[in-house]
Amino acid sequence: MGRERIDAAFARAKSENRAALVTYMMAGDPSLEESFKALCALRDNGADIIELGAPFTDPMADGPAIQRAGLRALANGTKLTDVLALAARFRKDDQTTPLILMGYANPIHSMGYEAFAKAAAEAGIDGTIIVDLPPEEDAGLREIYGRLGLSVIRLATPTTDEARAAKVADGASGFIYFVAVTGVTGAGSADPAAIAGKVAMVRRVSGLPVCVGFGVKNGAQAAEMAKIADGVVVGSAFVEKAQDAHETGKFETAAPAMGHLAGELRRALAGVAKG
Amino acid sequence: MDLRNTWDQWPDANGRFGEFGGRYVAETLMPLILDLEREYRAAKQDPAFKAEMDDLWTHYVGRPSPLYFAERLTEHFGGAKIYFKRDELNHTGAHKINNCLGQVLLARRMGKKRIIAETGAGQHGVATATICARFGLECVVFMGETDVERQKPNVFRMRLLGAKIVPVSSGTGTLKDAMNEALRDWVTNVDDTFYCIGTAAGPHPYPEMVRDFQSVIGREARAQILEREGRLPDAVMACIGGGSNAIGLFHPFIEDEGVRLIGVEAAGHGIETGEHAAALNGGKPGILHGNRTYLLQTDDGQIIDAHSISAGLDYPGIGPEHAFLRDAGRAEYLSCTDQEALDAFQLCTRLEGIIPALEPSHAIARVGEVAKELGKDGLLILNMCGRGDKDVFSVAKALGVDV
Repeated sequence: MGRERIDAAFARAKSENRAALVTYMMAGDPSLEESFKALCALRDNGADIIELGAPFTDPMADGPAIQRAGLRALANGTKLTDVLALAARFRKDDQTTPLILMGYANPIHSMGYEAFAKAAAEAGIDGTIIVDLPPEEDAGLREIYGRLGLSVIRLATPTTDEARAAKVADGASGFIYFVAVTGVTGAGSADPAAIAGKVAMVRRVSGLPVCVGFGVKNGAQAAEMAKIADGVVVGSAFVEKAQDAHETGKFETAAPAMGHLAGELRRALAGVAKG
Repeated sequence: MDLRNTWDQWPDANGRFGEFGGRYVAETLMPLILDLEREYRAAKQDPAFKAEMDDLWTHYVGRPSPLYFAERLTEHFGGAKIYFKRDELNHTGAHKINNCLGQVLLARRMGKKRIIAETGAGQHGVATATICARFGLECVVFMGETDVERQKPNVFRMRLLGAKIVPVSSGTGTLKDAMNEALRDWVTNVDDTFYCIGTAAGPHPYPEMVRDFQSVIGREARAQILEREGRLPDAVMACIGGGSNAIGLFHPFIEDEGVRLIGVEAAGHGIETGEHAAALNGGKPGILHGNRTYLLQTDDGQIIDAHSISAGLDYPGIGPEHAFLRDAGRAEYLSCTDQEALDAFQLCTRLEGIIPALEPSHAIARVGEVAKELGKDGLLILNMCGRGDKDVFSVAKALGVDV
């Protein structure tokens, strides 16, 4: 399926005249079992696309919330192969919701690009966002993805000019993830008005849907961002729910809390008609 | 391709040294490192940039550093003549300032007002803070919480120089985490900030740029040995953490086929224990901090913390050019345990009246074997890349002495 499943998700949101809800969660936090329940809860409460975080010891582009989530997942013994197994378990009963694996290059490089891509495709992963693999460095992976129908999803940022946007778009599919603020995940919120022009430019240059993330935490912020974007990404706010569950020791509260937040966000997006 | 005649051509246009190096950074940083590369190319061509650097090297840093015949150490081992390249005599006590000066001058040229740096032992932090004080620039140094605790004198030095120290508690609170945090700061402050990386690693163009600035060591050493001995050495030796002092010494000899290039990694408690910092001897290729290189990592690609008695070598990776030189067979990489380094530290202090830093003590620990192998007619240069004043307390502790 791969990129067609992602395209279909955007088509559905568009047919409902709203922005897509893209949610992020860290696999293995607070546990792999709860992560499976969280995947289902996110889907059941309106997530259109789910980004599944693969933990890494040195997440250079992440703020404290996702850093800690990754370390908790690693402390639980979560390996890249566990993340793929989690995806496969979800995919068994869900042929519709796109799953995007998000992480850093080294665990994937360590597994081997070919072996990883095949395993990911078999597990029902539809694409990947590899934070530290810019277009200059992903040629090897891109070629393999092309054969398997997986999407290379790339990032654009406020520092991306038009020439760079073309480079980012070259070989990308699915959508472009627009990082709203220069900074790490979970940092301060962006002003939609300040980035509207850049988002429109990236959409025009890439011909792909543009999802905006970084600093979007609640329904009100999501609704504002939805006015300028094809999709809204919420990450750290979900990860904080897992952290709460971890801190209270009540792991079973993570999935319902994440589902609740997804529902709030989805209702907020439904209220913003797209022009 | 005949690699033997092309050592000097690397990195290529993509910042690669063979299979190593590259630009593995988040998209937010891509425009910045591409811009940095353009600016560096322009500066490299500009005689005014070189003239300013040469002037400060001479009058502020104290270059050229002497090439010293270590007579008693030579007698002690009974092999090749051992020379020390005395970079520990530089202002701030180590080779680090060679690079800081170059990068900060480049930052000024680019109009950047805020300099950030990571530091482990604190030597690069002190050197950066020093140059920033000299030019009135804001300086922020990221330092792992563990290192802040074990390197208190350097922390105080940096504060005296006007730098702000940010203790890093994320991850395991050591050098790699300080580098992560510096990269996070850089993606946040893209407009006014220059990231001054302390070793010949990171995304392109850093490995090339740091090597170029540090190559003053090898250029001087080459000219000095030719003047003193009338011939090139048989070997040049240096300790390796990230590898900036070593690549600085090696590079000007890289086309001299007869000169062996020998690096010494920190084996900590022993490579077989898993507690070490020897990325080449005990790691495998991977991707971290912007480059593909040898890394200490698990089978699942997670980074393993390094261990060394020397905070300056305590890093799980190594500069990509060293990874390349090793795989291509141009350079050799040995290792040395904490205990061997401590012994060498004391030996050099007693025989030469030079208290070496724990970092070059690693190279000193292996120099005897190499000297014997080369024989009495042999000639070798060891880079004394830092002085040991900063280490006297940790050495005392390791020797069980209460200071």
